[in-house]
Amino acid sequence: MAAFTNITIGQYLPGSSFIHRLDPRTKLLLTLFIIVILFLVESFVGYGLVALYIAAFFALSQLPVRYVLRGLKPLVIIILLTLALNVFMTPGEVLWKWGFLTVTEEGLVKGAMMGARLILLIIGTSLLTLTTSPISLTDGIESLLRPGKRIGIPAHELAMMMTIALRFIPTLLEETEKIMKAQMARGADFESGNLLRRAKSLIPLLVPLFVSAFRRADELATAMEARCYRGGEGRTKLHELEYMPRDYFALSVSALFMISVAWMF
Amino acid sequence: MSIELRGVSYTYGQGTPFAHKALRGIDLTISDGEILGLIGHTGSGKSTLVQHLNGLLKPTEGHVLIDGVDIGAKGTKLRDIRRRVGLVFQYPEHQLFEETVSADVAFGPKNLGLEGEELEQQVKQALQLVHLSYEDLGNRSPFELSGGQKRRVALAGVLAMQPKVLVLDEPSAGLDPRSRDELLGLIRELHEQGITIVFVTHNMSEIAQLAQRLVVMDRGKIVMDGTPREVFSRGDELASIGLGVPEITRLTRQLRRGGIDIPEDILTIEEAKEAIVQWMNQRKGAN
Repeated sequence: MAAFTNITIGQYLPGSSFIHRLDPRTKLLLTLFIIVILFLVESFVGYGLVALYIAAFFALSQLPVRYVLRGLKPLVIIILLTLALNVFMTPGEVLWKWGFLTVTEEGLVKGAMMGARLILLIIGTSLLTLTTSPISLTDGIESLLRPGKRIGIPAHELAMMMTIALRFIPTLLEETEKIMKAQMARGADFESGNLLRRAKSLIPLLVPLFVSAFRRADELATAMEARCYRGGEGRTKLHELEYMPRDYFALSVSALFMISVAWMF
Repeated sequence: MSIELRGVSYTYGQGTPFAHKALRGIDLTISDGEILGLIGHTGSGKSTLVQHLNGLLKPTEGHVLIDGVDIGAKGTKLRDIRRRVGLVFQYPEHQLFEETVSADVAFGPKNLGLEGEELEQQVKQALQLVHLSYEDLGNRSPFELSGGQKRRVALAGVLAMQPKVLVLDEPSAGLDPRSRDELLGLIRELHEQGITIVFVTHNMSEIAQLAQRLVVMDRGKIVMDGTPREVFSRGDELASIGLGVPEITRLTRQLRRGGIDIPEDILTIEEAKEAIVQWMNQRKGAN
């Protein structure tokens, strides 16, 4: 898995902390809170408070800090780019000039804010995926979307599609790796050459991958039909979602905190 | 052409909470012209081990030497090693991708820089080795062939690089009995032509028929190494790591316990037949 071990975004780390045990709908709503607040807040004090809030949740989740921070690594370029664009492109009071590059005071402030916003966004949302198994996540989404059925949102179908997609990501990654190795054993080279050559070198990887993906899809459809799957109508669940006191507690504390932060900063 | 593993360990996902040690201090020497069978329970590290033999994986600890060249060393030309050590994965037909059989078989040698007449010659030869006709099948799509044929095309794709060592990971998995027998016959032929063979299997009868040397793995370590006769005489130990002995061996041991005087170390149906006939003749003589 050499190529894929660095991707920690979206990984689920099983555990039994307070956060792990929260209802997935609660965690989805909390994440939504974090996203909304990050776009409302416009001062460093505000960001600091949100960061504190996220840090508190992290402490409760008992996740290994280094592992979570490593998840930021692949996004460093995006964060730096955002920072640079904001620092150099914002008009305002010029602090420093070099050739066509000008740094303004407004740019520095805006860049720092954007950077903080991005980092907090990533950490906040990865808190959700790190502590929630994909299955309960889609269960939560289905349940939250259910009221939308009346206006034509196919909640169950969307959730089922997501479940299947999530379920097959590791399978497809494994398959990709296996085919890659098989072709490398036949002297294929995926790493060198110019862009065109590299794109062409992907054909021996992509054709077998598509073939197997379609085969798997076919088999899955048959297996589902063999077990009488016919959509969400009248389907019951083994594990019904149920809000617990800890969910009400987490939701009300967070709502209170968020509203006051949004109000003041 | 020798392969030497010295204290090889391999850990998947090192430095993550998912780290998993698949190999623990493997020492193994595979010499020229051997036909070696590798057995072990699922997850014992067999597949990880075979991927070290051509440098697809590099040991986290220890050294793999192919003809004295360390695959982990800087500047080692892995393509050169992969030409000499051909690796056929499980279900190799899943890697077919070209429009025609001959183009697919040509993929390997083409990557090595072969072209024109020489390339065609090598493709023809490889298809011949697996008993497929270049004239009949060369221009067909590999996707329209039968399961057994597909697998042989995939095997030809590796043989076309003319490896000195052929490593096969469960070569007969998922084949019907007839295709399986054909494939095993094919492996034997390749061995007779001087190719060193290493193969992984779950089928004990298969390995008893084919291998000269047997290596048994359990939880990332080599626990037995010897001739099939030596290894299968330790039936209880094998059972304790989730493996068995060939069915025919189990049967003849049962017969022995029932008072039929035949040797204990029978491994193939042929041997069993001879022993039983001999025993019957002796009884006739005694009467």
